[in-house]
Amino acid sequence: MSTNATYPLTPTAPLDRAGTARSAGERARAWARRAPLLPALVFTVVVTQLPFVATLVISFMQWNALAPQNRRFTGFTNYQTVVEDPMLRSSVLTTIALTATVVVVSLLLGLGLALLLDRRFRGRGVVRTLLITPFLIVPVASALLWKHAIYNASYGVVNGVLTWVWRLFGSHHAPQPDWISHTPLLAVEVSLIWQWTPFMMLILLAGLQSRQLDAVEAATVDGAGGWQIFRYLTLPHLRRYLELAALLGSVYVVQNFDAVFTITSGGLGTANLPYSIYQTFYQAHDYGQASAEGVVVVIGSIIVATFALRTVSSLLSQEASR
Amino acid sequence: MSASPSTASRRGAVWTMLAWTAGVLFVLPVLWMVLTSLHSEQDAATNPPSPGAALTLQGYREFFGAGGGLSPWPPLLNSLTASVMSTLLVLALAVPAAYALSIKPVRKWSDVLFFFLSTKMLPAVAGLLPVYLIAEHLAVLDNVWLLVVLYTSMNLPIAVWMMRSFLSEVPVEILEASAIDGARLPTTLLRIVAPVAMPGIAATALISFIFSWNELLFARVLTGVVAGTAPVFLTSFVTSQGLFLAKVCAAATCISLPVLIAGFAAQDKLVQGLSLGAVK
Repeated sequence: MSTNATYPLTPTAPLDRAGTARSAGERARAWARRAPLLPALVFTVVVTQLPFVATLVISFMQWNALAPQNRRFTGFTNYQTVVEDPMLRSSVLTTIALTATVVVVSLLLGLGLALLLDRRFRGRGVVRTLLITPFLIVPVASALLWKHAIYNASYGVVNGVLTWVWRLFGSHHAPQPDWISHTPLLAVEVSLIWQWTPFMMLILLAGLQSRQLDAVEAATVDGAGGWQIFRYLTLPHLRRYLELAALLGSVYVVQNFDAVFTITSGGLGTANLPYSIYQTFYQAHDYGQASAEGVVVVIGSIIVATFALRTVSSLLSQEASR
Repeated sequence: MSASPSTASRRGAVWTMLAWTAGVLFVLPVLWMVLTSLHSEQDAATNPPSPGAALTLQGYREFFGAGGGLSPWPPLLNSLTASVMSTLLVLALAVPAAYALSIKPVRKWSDVLFFFLSTKMLPAVAGLLPVYLIAEHLAVLDNVWLLVVLYTSMNLPIAVWMMRSFLSEVPVEILEASAIDGARLPTTLLRIVAPVAMPGIAATALISFIFSWNELLFARVLTGVVAGTAPVFLTSFVTSQGLFLAKVCAAATCISLPVLIAGFAAQDKLVQGLSLGAVK
C-alpha cells in the first residue's frame, strides 16, 4: 500500500559518497515508517483541530447571524458575558452537578455489579448480557423511553405502578407527581445512570478479572475475611480501573446532549454547557457568544483530560512492563 | 475460621439471586419499551398500566409509514450510509496508523498515540459552529457525506488505540524471521499480521458503527430533510396531539436493534473498545 512509495527512493540514492547515501537511505526508511501513519494524522488535524482554531478566533468577535453587517472584533466582550450571564453560570454548575452525580453513582453501582459478576454462578453470561443492554439502546431512544413511557405524569409506568399499589390497599388517591417538572435534573440523571452503569461495570469487571488470584488464595489461607480481602487486595488493585472508568465516563457525560435535549429541552435548570452552546448557536444565532462558551468548555475539558491521559498512560506503562 | 460448606453455599445462592435481580432490574425498562411497542395506543396509555393487553403490530405499522406518516426508510438508509461508510474510512486510516504505532513504530510513537486520544477529550460541540460555517460555505449542509467525514474523525482516535492494542500482540520475532527468510511484505501481512488483526478489526468496526449510529447533535444541526438520520427522525416522532406512546416505543425498538445486535456480537471486545484498549 502506501509503503510502496518508498521503493523508488532507495535505488536513486547517490552512491559516490557513502555518508550521503546512508543518511538519505535512513531518511527514506524513516519516512517509510511514518507513511502509514500520515493519512490518519493529517485527517485528524484537519477535521478536529482546525475548527477549534476557528472557534478561538470567532470567540473574540461580535458576530450574530441575524445581524451579519455588525461583524467585528470585540476582544474579551464575549468572555465577559459568559462570566457575568447568570444563565450560563448556572449551566456551568449544572454540568458539574450532572456529571459528578452520574459518574459517582454509576461507578458505585458498576462496582457492586462487577463484584456480583466476578463469581461463577449459573447463568452468569446471561446476567452480564442483561446488564449490558441499557448501554446498547440508542441514547435518544432511551431518553424518549424515560420521558414518555416511564416519567409521564398521566400514563408513565412509575405513576401507573403507584396507582396499582394504592388500589391494592383500597385507596383511589395514589400520588401522581409530575416527575420531570418536580425533579427535572434527577430525572435526567437517573436515565443517564441507567445507561452508564454498564459501562463502569464492564471496565471494573475486566479489572477484577486481571487480578492475581494466588494473593487472594494466600490471604484466605492466612485467615483473611471477605471484607479484608476486598479492602486490602481488591480495592488497591482496582484503583487504576476506577480512575479510568471515572475519567472516561466524565469525558463522555460532560458532553451529553441527547438526554438533556430530549427529556427537558434544557428547561427547569437542566441546561448543561453543550445544550447552552447548541441553543446560543442554533436558536439565538449568536456565533461569537457560542464560540466563547465553546472555548470555556474546552478549557474545562483540558483540565479533566490531563488527569485522564495520565491515568491511561500509567495503565499503558503497566502493560508494557508486564 | 472458614464458614461451613453449607453456609458458604447458602451465601453463594444469595449472591446469585442478587445478581439475577440486578440483571432483571436493569433490563426492565427495555422490556417495558418492547411490550408497550406491541400494544395498541389505547392500551399503552392506561393508568394503571395493562401489561396483559392484547398484542398488536400496529405501532410498528405506523412506524413504517402505514398511518400516512413519513417513511422511516430514507433516515434509516442515511444512518446506514453514514455509519458503514465512516466505519470503512476509519478502518482504512486506523489500521495502517496502528501498524506504524506498534509493529514498526515511528519515533515518539507514544506522543502520537496520546495526541489522537487528546482529540477525543475535547468536546465536539465546541467545534460545531466552525464546521457548520465551513459546510455552509462549501454547500455540503444536509449532505450525508459530511456526516461520514465527521463521524470518521469522531471514531478515529478510538480505532487507532484499539487497533494498536491488538497489533501489539503480533509476535515481532516471527515477523523478523520471515523477513530474513525473504518473505515479501504482503505475504507477511497476510500470513502473520492478519490472523491476529482480524478479530481486532471486527471489534473496532462494531464500536465505530455503534457510535456513528447513535450520534444526534451533529446530525441534527448539519442535516435537514434530505440527509436526516434515524436518531433525528426519532426526535420528530413525538406529536403534541393524540396518542403516540406505542408508536414511539416501536420506533425506539427498531432504531436500537442494529446497535443491540452489534453490541451483543462484540460483547467480549466491548470493554476493550470503550476503554480505548487500555483494558483487556
